[in-house]
Amino acid sequence: MIARAVARKDLAVELGSRVVINQVAPFALVVMVMFAFALDNDGILQRVAPGLVWLATLFSMLVVVQRSFAVEAADGALDSLRVAGVDPAAIFLGKSVALMVQLFALEVLLVATALVLYGVEPSAAGWGEAFVTMVAATVGLGFVGTLYGGLAAGARGRETLLPLLLLPVVAPVLIGATRATEAAFGSGGATVSEGWPWIGLLAVFAVLFGAAGSVAFGPLVDE
Amino acid sequence: MTEHSTGTPATRRLGFVVIVLMSWLALSGLWWSSEDVVQGSTVRIMYVHVPAIWVAYMAFGLTAVCSATYLSGRTRSIAWDRFAGASAEIGVMFVAVSLVTGSLWGRLTWGTYWVWDARLTSTAFLFITYVGYLAVRRLGGTLRQRARRSSVLALLAVLEIPLVHFSVTLWRSLHQDATIADPNAKVQMDGLMLFTLFLGLFAFTALFVWMVLHRQRVIHLEDTVADRGLDAAIADRRDEVAK
Repeated sequence: MIARAVARKDLAVELGSRVVINQVAPFALVVMVMFAFALDNDGILQRVAPGLVWLATLFSMLVVVQRSFAVEAADGALDSLRVAGVDPAAIFLGKSVALMVQLFALEVLLVATALVLYGVEPSAAGWGEAFVTMVAATVGLGFVGTLYGGLAAGARGRETLLPLLLLPVVAPVLIGATRATEAAFGSGGATVSEGWPWIGLLAVFAVLFGAAGSVAFGPLVDE
Repeated sequence: MTEHSTGTPATRRLGFVVIVLMSWLALSGLWWSSEDVVQGSTVRIMYVHVPAIWVAYMAFGLTAVCSATYLSGRTRSIAWDRFAGASAEIGVMFVAVSLVTGSLWGRLTWGTYWVWDARLTSTAFLFITYVGYLAVRRLGGTLRQRARRSSVLALLAVLEIPLVHFSVTLWRSLHQDATIADPNAKVQMDGLMLFTLFLGLFAFTALFVWMVLHRQRVIHLEDTVADRGLDAAIADRRDEVAK
């Protein structure tokens, strides 16, 4: 209930300000175009498209997470929530869900870009797998992003600290999601069945950090 | 009065033991032990490389234990946080030593400084993770804030590192299997080489204990100075107002 209210609040803030739509999404698109400049070859782009999609997702996520906590820090909103006696686990869950929704929208955009710009052509079974991969990876990224975003929030120099803290932690997601998406897209001769173990890894990651975040978020923001 | 020193009679004695052990290790590793049949003299890097990573794991283990103790303890003594921080700093240094020596060994043996092997890659992530931990310790705020933030982060690292290691292992693996830790393998090392390796583990462990004790005392002094600096600033301000 509280979690849903927090998530709705975050999404309402985004719909009002349109920072993700007007700034982060175009940024993600530019990154995809820049990858094409750097790897100036159609064959290579098709082969590495899954990795590029997920790298662009991670870079965009850094911006979105910072935004998610900048709105809280601006008016001491997080402190107000805590003073009001709101369960920190509920705040964590709510902010995570809002982050997941925004990340998923970005991933849809990035995959569509890969289809158009990089010439990726998945099979019907591949589409299903790509969808499941996106869901599993997004849930994990949402939890981890909110947890470390909360850690870096309220501290000076958080803009530069967040990437250092967050990128090593999400390495398993980058590995798992890239391999699973390669299987879904058939990049480099990978078959659809090769992807499912990697989706298992993504699911384990999501469950572990969902649980850890519910416990650890309270002590982190309670200052 | 030893107020301005971080040494005590006990740590001075320990420091002397460390010097003796290190000299012995250098003599044994560089001169007394024989060359490896296959690797020649490059095997001598092992006497630093293996103890360094051993100490690093021990240091991060101690960081995790101290952090958990701080968070669970009723007293919430900042001393636990100081030990955690001191241990992590020294661990980061020893991971760096291990990465550099391993890289040099790889250049001589494999012909390349770096390979994208599972153990190397996850060790690099271990290094970056604790560099991040040390950065968080320097965020500022009160000592309690620092202690709570860094304790939680240290415990999250315990969750993160096996996950990274597991996923990187799935990604690829071609590292030479551990020679001694493998229970099925018969240890095939010359007696003196094996002795030198264990001497290295022992000497580095003693060095680690000595460094942690001193470093946490230095942190204690730093914290005290910061406190006194604040008190002095408040007193100055009061004086100004009084005038």
